[in-house]
Amino acid sequence: MKLADFVCFEAIIPELKADDRDGAIAELVSALTQAGRLGNAVSREIIRAVIQREKEASTGIGKGVAVPHVKHKKVKDVIAAVGRSSAGIDFSSLDKQPVYSVILLISPADDPDKHLQAMENVFKHLQQEKFRKFLRQSQTVEQIEDLIREADENPSL
Amino acid sequence: MERTVCEIELEIKNADGLHMRPAMQFVDVANQFDCDITVSNVENDVDGKSIMQMSMLAATCGTKLKVKAEGTDAKQAVDALRELVEEKHFNEPMPNN
Repeated sequence: MKLADFVCFEAIIPELKADDRDGAIAELVSALTQAGRLGNAVSREIIRAVIQREKEASTGIGKGVAVPHVKHKKVKDVIAAVGRSSAGIDFSSLDKQPVYSVILLISPADDPDKHLQAMENVFKHLQQEKFRKFLRQSQTVEQIEDLIREADENPSL
Repeated sequence: MERTVCEIELEIKNADGLHMRPAMQFVDVANQFDCDITVSNVENDVDGKSIMQMSMLAATCGTKLKVKAEGTDAKQAVDALRELVEEKHFNEPMPNN
């Protein structure tokens, strides 16, 4: 599985308007909705579910990144949206530092293995300092899209 | 104190596998010990105390992971991790069938 298999390029937000966690989650889910990947009703349910999941345990795992996610029965395929904030967002991260890059992941409820594969992919790159740095410095949709395609070709990025 | 090395194989038994919350529980337990903890699947060796690295393992239900602990409290660490993974299966449901 590659990042490009589940990252929705129409749902890349190079500068999140939101300055808080819940706002950023809503913005990213709405981007997937506008891209035609989620229905309106499902979208509202998913925003609530992702925020609820985040309240149980932060997915801000440190180093400026967060991976809010949820499994939902009305979603058939893993889909992801990517957002960047130059000001940084408080995600109650493990290292208590602001988050600059957010990868939001929605997975089907009945395919835990596929969810794990997508997570593996995301974290394989997020743990590379270069990938985190490039993502944080990207300023346009095109730059983020290029980074994702390049990361798919180059396992060390 | 003597530095010991303990190596065990642990099978993931909860239906959803080692997703982020179980990975966090693993890291929390691992960090209660002083010893170094390395976790391996077929492809990768990762630091059992790092959530970023543990999330990368993507261990599905039924996957066997090697856990290697090195340090004075290595034995206690692998015992605690065995309990978490195989006995408590992260307090999550096992597969139905």
